[in-house]
Amino acid sequence: MMRKLLIGAFSLALAGLAAGSAGAADKKVTIAVSIPAADHGWTGGVVFHAERAAKLLEANHPGLKIIVKTSPDGASQANALEDLSTQGIDALVTLPHNSDELTDPIRQVKAKGTFITVVDRALSDNTVADLYVAGNNPELGRVAGDYMKEKLAGGGDIVVIRGLPIVIDEERQKGFDDAIAGSKIKVLDKQFGNWSRDDAFKVMQDYLSKYQKIDAVWCQDDDMAVGVLEAIKQAGRKDIKFVVGGAGMKEMIKRVADGDAMIPVDVLYPPAMVATALELTVANFYDQVPVRGSYILNATLVTKDNAMEYYFPDSPF
Amino acid sequence: MSSGNVTGDHKAAAGGGDRARQAAAPGRLDLRALAPFLALAVLLVLGAFVNDNFLSLANLTNVATRSAFIAIIAVGATFVIASGGLDLSVGSMTAFVAGTMILFLNTGSLDGSGMLLFAAMAMAIGVGALCGLGNGLITTVGKIEPFIVTLGTMGIYRALTIYLAEGGSIAIKSQPLRTLYRPAYFGDVLGVPVPVIAFLVVAALGAFLLYKTPFGRHVVAVGSNEDVARYSGIPVGRVRTLTYILQGVCVAIAVLLYVPRLGAATSTTGLLWELQAITAVVIGGTALRGGVGRIWGTICGALILEVVGNIMVLSDLVSEYLIGAVQGAIIIIAMLVQRSLMRRQ
Repeated sequence: MMRKLLIGAFSLALAGLAAGSAGAADKKVTIAVSIPAADHGWTGGVVFHAERAAKLLEANHPGLKIIVKTSPDGASQANALEDLSTQGIDALVTLPHNSDELTDPIRQVKAKGTFITVVDRALSDNTVADLYVAGNNPELGRVAGDYMKEKLAGGGDIVVIRGLPIVIDEERQKGFDDAIAGSKIKVLDKQFGNWSRDDAFKVMQDYLSKYQKIDAVWCQDDDMAVGVLEAIKQAGRKDIKFVVGGAGMKEMIKRVADGDAMIPVDVLYPPAMVATALELTVANFYDQVPVRGSYILNATLVTKDNAMEYYFPDSPF
Repeated sequence: MSSGNVTGDHKAAAGGGDRARQAAAPGRLDLRALAPFLALAVLLVLGAFVNDNFLSLANLTNVATRSAFIAIIAVGATFVIASGGLDLSVGSMTAFVAGTMILFLNTGSLDGSGMLLFAAMAMAIGVGALCGLGNGLITTVGKIEPFIVTLGTMGIYRALTIYLAEGGSIAIKSQPLRTLYRPAYFGDVLGVPVPVIAFLVVAALGAFLLYKTPFGRHVVAVGSNEDVARYSGIPVGRVRTLTYILQGVCVAIAVLLYVPRLGAATSTTGLLWELQAITAVVIGGTALRGGVGRIWGTICGALILEVVGNIMVLSDLVSEYLIGAVQGAIIIIAMLVQRSLMRRQ
């Protein structure tokens, strides 16, 4: 219901964009996008969607200029922010490498009167961002946990593969633990797979040696699901009923759409959120739409029915 | 069971290699060469106590098969380190070679999957050798510390891979091709997994090259004392460069086994493998300062690393947050035991 409302609101906003652009089309606005370089699948998706949205928006708004700049680490992102702001920008859309290091550089950009949109990773000081767009990590865990609880209502043994020991992972894990609390689901084991296919493959191989019966796997991330599936296939085990990943990698969305029994669902944490941020930022300048505040995307459960909505065959992720 | 036999082979062969090198002490048991094998044996006993399934055939086969990548890369690293060099780029090189190999497969430029696969494998070996040649030439001709050179190429190979993948992953597109290639990792000959056979063959060739040929003696001589080697008429630069090429070829061989496993190269492929390879080499008894090379010890070192990781997951004793600390401690203890054995000798 909530999701439908959101989509409805969003398409209204888009319609508004189209109508508004006719009047204020030649207004000159420059927006800088500063994001991490594509160092793994998800950030690769962020870069793809930032460029895709930039192209679409520039086509719709002749006066609009969007500069996309990627940085390999926090220090070089701080430098990139300085370079970008000296070019005279009206807005900055940024996914910061880390909060502590980049809060001050972004604050300096804001001091010049620039509109600041922060994506995914919140800054240490919440007042810096005019608009905050993010996925919902505790929700990602909770939605996966709820699905497990529903499918394994009669009880079941599951194994968990976590990401890296950082805040994002903790939030997801806590959401999951809270969701399955009080159910008959038994978590046999939790290990870190470092959000890597190869490490997840190893951990899953070891789980399969260690436990003779596993009902389901929660691995929090679609990249890791690739390794998990391969390990299960190699062992030829039939006891595992399904694997729940997360994020929304195109290969996994495709499997969901095709009705793959091993990947019945996926939980969204879409890199395309950077496109949402760009759209909203542009709306602020061209359409007099109030956008200041926080925009938290739901961790939508992707099922066979809605999978095609989230399928981007051209995206690298 | 097969893994037990494998270890036995190592011992015999390692003894043979070292006897050839240390002819001065005939008939004496070389504890230094045996130490890593003892450490592995202790770990196997420990593993058996931790979990009943540890000694199951399926688990031991998994572990031996998984260690193939690091084992093969570490054989190359043994040459580089024995000659007094260092190669930090092997992990990134793995990703780069894997990426280019899959891109070549995806062009489908040759008729017949078999021919295409064969050409792609040959190309991968070529790319690996060229990457190694690059490292070698910059180090020797440019006269720059190998640490710096390979730190630089580590970044270059990694970034090129990410560029080729456009930030995502490079996957084999053709499903029949994947099916055809899959047995290269998952297949076995008489119960012995193909990757295990591969690393035994690579190690045997490496041992032959290091212990039985003039090139091998030159590698050790250059690593012991570069100046003396030069005055003895050994072409130091050429020997060094060749060790890096050898390293590149070993990386490519590891890639030939890596690609069929998940059928894709990603930006996390081979991450930190350089450190694992160097650790395997050092656990195996090769000195980081050069002048000594122990191929079979290196193989044992790679197995130890993988067994430690396996025991950690199989045990319920350690919180998942502390696994890294325990792994580190086990490696340090293994090295301390090794050192004390050497002193007693």
